[in-house]
Amino acid sequence: MDTVGSELNAAMLTARVKMERLRAGSPPFLLDIAVKVPSGITILFGPSGAGKSTVLDCIAGLARPDAGRIAVGEGVLFDSQAGVNCPPQARRIAYVFQTLALFPHMSAEENVAYGLDGLPREQRAARVEEILIAFRVEKLRTRRPAEISGGERQRIALARSLVAQPRVLLLDEPLTGLDANLKAAIIDDLRVWNAARRIPILYVTHSREEVDALGERVIAMDRGRMVSEGTPMEVLEAPRRKRLAQTAGFENLLSGTVVDLREADGVMRVRLNESVCEIEVPLGFAVVGDRVHVAIRAGDILLATSQPHGLSARNVIEGRIVAMETRGTLVRTRVNCGVEFIVHLTPGAARTLELAVGVRVWLVLKTHSCHLVEE
Amino acid sequence: MDALLLSLRLALSVSAILLAGGLPLAYWLAYSNWRGKFLLEAVVALPLVLPPTVLGFYVLLAMGPRGPLGKLWQLFFGHGMAFTFEGLVLASVLYSLPFAVQPLIASFESVDRKLLDASAVLGAGRLRTFWRVILPLSIPGVVTALVLSFAHTLGEFGVVLMVGGNLEGVTRTVSIDIYDHVQSLQYAEANRMALVLLAISFAVLSAVYAVNRQVGRQIGRRLWTPWAAN
Repeated sequence: MDTVGSELNAAMLTARVKMERLRAGSPPFLLDIAVKVPSGITILFGPSGAGKSTVLDCIAGLARPDAGRIAVGEGVLFDSQAGVNCPPQARRIAYVFQTLALFPHMSAEENVAYGLDGLPREQRAARVEEILIAFRVEKLRTRRPAEISGGERQRIALARSLVAQPRVLLLDEPLTGLDANLKAAIIDDLRVWNAARRIPILYVTHSREEVDALGERVIAMDRGRMVSEGTPMEVLEAPRRKRLAQTAGFENLLSGTVVDLREADGVMRVRLNESVCEIEVPLGFAVVGDRVHVAIRAGDILLATSQPHGLSARNVIEGRIVAMETRGTLVRTRVNCGVEFIVHLTPGAARTLELAVGVRVWLVLKTHSCHLVEE
Repeated sequence: MDALLLSLRLALSVSAILLAGGLPLAYWLAYSNWRGKFLLEAVVALPLVLPPTVLGFYVLLAMGPRGPLGKLWQLFFGHGMAFTFEGLVLASVLYSLPFAVQPLIASFESVDRKLLDASAVLGAGRLRTFWRVILPLSIPGVVTALVLSFAHTLGEFGVVLMVGGNLEGVTRTVSIDIYDHVQSLQYAEANRMALVLLAISFAVLSAVYAVNRQVGRQIGRRLWTPWAAN
C-alpha cells in the first residue's frame, strides 16, 4: 500500500470561506463559514439552498471564495490574503457530485483510470484493480454507466474519485435515491477503505436519517452560516419527541410504563411493554403508571457472555442473540430479552466473545444512555 | 468532369480547414465569459443572412491588388489572389463558417458542465478535458459540421462566381458549369452534372442521418442539424 495514503492520521482540512451568493430566484446571502474536518466522516448538514454545495465547490477549487483560507494540514490551497489559489487539478481533493458525473462514453474501468493519467500502465492497472475490488465492482469493468444500476454507479464514482489517493474526499449527497440497506453497504465499504487511510471526508446531506447513520461529527448550516457543530445528538438536540428520536437514529425505541419514581436518585424505573423487563432511566416529567418511550443507541449497549457483577451500570438484562449481520466494520446484533434490542459491536468483539445466534448474553445499559422521549 | 473534381477538391479542403479552425473557435465561443462575445457570434453567423454576392464582393475587394489580403498574397507568392483556387478556398471557408461552427458550439454547450468539473477535479487540464471528454461527446456535432461544410461548399454558386470567376480547371465548379450549360442551352450536359450533384448530396445526407441514428443510440445524443429543432 502507498505510504502517503497510509499515514495513520492524515492532515486535517480547514476551510474558512466568505462569498456573496447570488442565485436566481432566491434572495442573495453571504456564505460565511469556517469548518474543520479531521480524518473520518464529518457531515455537513442543512436544508437545500443553505450553501453546502458551494462550500464543497470552494474547497475543490471549482468556485472561488471572495475571501478566506483553505488548507489541508500545512498545504495551503487557497488564501485570499496571500493571493494563493491552487487550481482544482493540483488540489488532490476527490469530489463525488450529486449527479456523480461519470463519463458516459467510457467504461467503468476507463472512468476509474481517468485520474491516474501520470502513472505507468502496469501501475495504473494495478491501482484500478485494487479499488474496483475494494468497492465490489470488479465485475462491471467493461460496462458503461448507462448499463449499470444506481448503486453500482455510485460505487464506480467513489472508486474513480479515490483511486488517485486524494488528501480529502468531498461527497455531495452521493447516495440520494438509494434504499437504506444499499446506502449502508456502500458507506461500510467506504469506511473500510478509509480505515487504513484516515483521510478527512466531508459528506453533504439534507437528510436527518443519513446524519444518524453516518455521523460521528456533524456541522449544521443554514443560509450560509454554521448553526451548530457536534455529535448528531447534540446537533439534532436530545430527542424530546418520538418522531425526533426516530429521525435521530436511536436504533432502539421502546415503549413502557413507569413503575417507580426515585426522585432522590434522579431516576425512575420503567417496565417495558409485553415483558417483565425493567430498566432504570433518568427521571422525567412522569408519574407512576404513565406510558413513556425510551430511546437507546445500539452503540451504547454493552454485551457480556456471563452475568456481570460489580458494575456501576444499573441495567443488566438477560437475553438471547436472535440475529447477527456483519456490515463492514460493524456487527448488527439483535438480542431478545422479552423485547428485542439492537446492539452494535465490532467484528473483533463478536469474534473474541464467540457470539453467535442462540448464545445467551447480558445487555448492560447505563441509566443515562436511556433517553426518555415524550409521545 | 473537371468541374466535379474541382468542386470535390474545394469542398474537401474547405471542410478540413473549417474543422481545424472551427474546433478552437467553437470551444472559445461555447466556454468564454468575455462580454463582447456576442459580436464575434454575430460575425460568425453573418454568412447565413448575407446574400452570397455581398460576401463575395467584399472578399473580392480584400483580395484584389489594392486590398490588404491581395497585397499580402502578392508579397509572399508573387501573384494576385483573386481568381485563384486558394482565393476560392478562403472565400468558401468564410461562407461556410457558420455551418461548421454552429453545430460544434451546440454540441460543446450540451456537454454536462459537471463532467468538466469532474475532469478538472480528477487532475485533467483543459486540453485533456477537451480531447477525452468534450470531443468524444461531441462527435455528432463534428460529423454534422464536416458534412454541412462539405455539402454547402459543394453547392455554392454566388460567392464562387464573384471571387473565382469562371476559369476552367481553376475556379469553374460544378454549379458554375451547370449554369454555363444552361446559358448555352446545353440541357443534356446540364442535366448530367445536376444529377451527379443531386446524387452526391442525397448520399451524403443519408449517411449523416444513418450515423445520427447509430451514434444517437450509443451515447444517447443526436446530431445537430440546422433544420431540426434541438
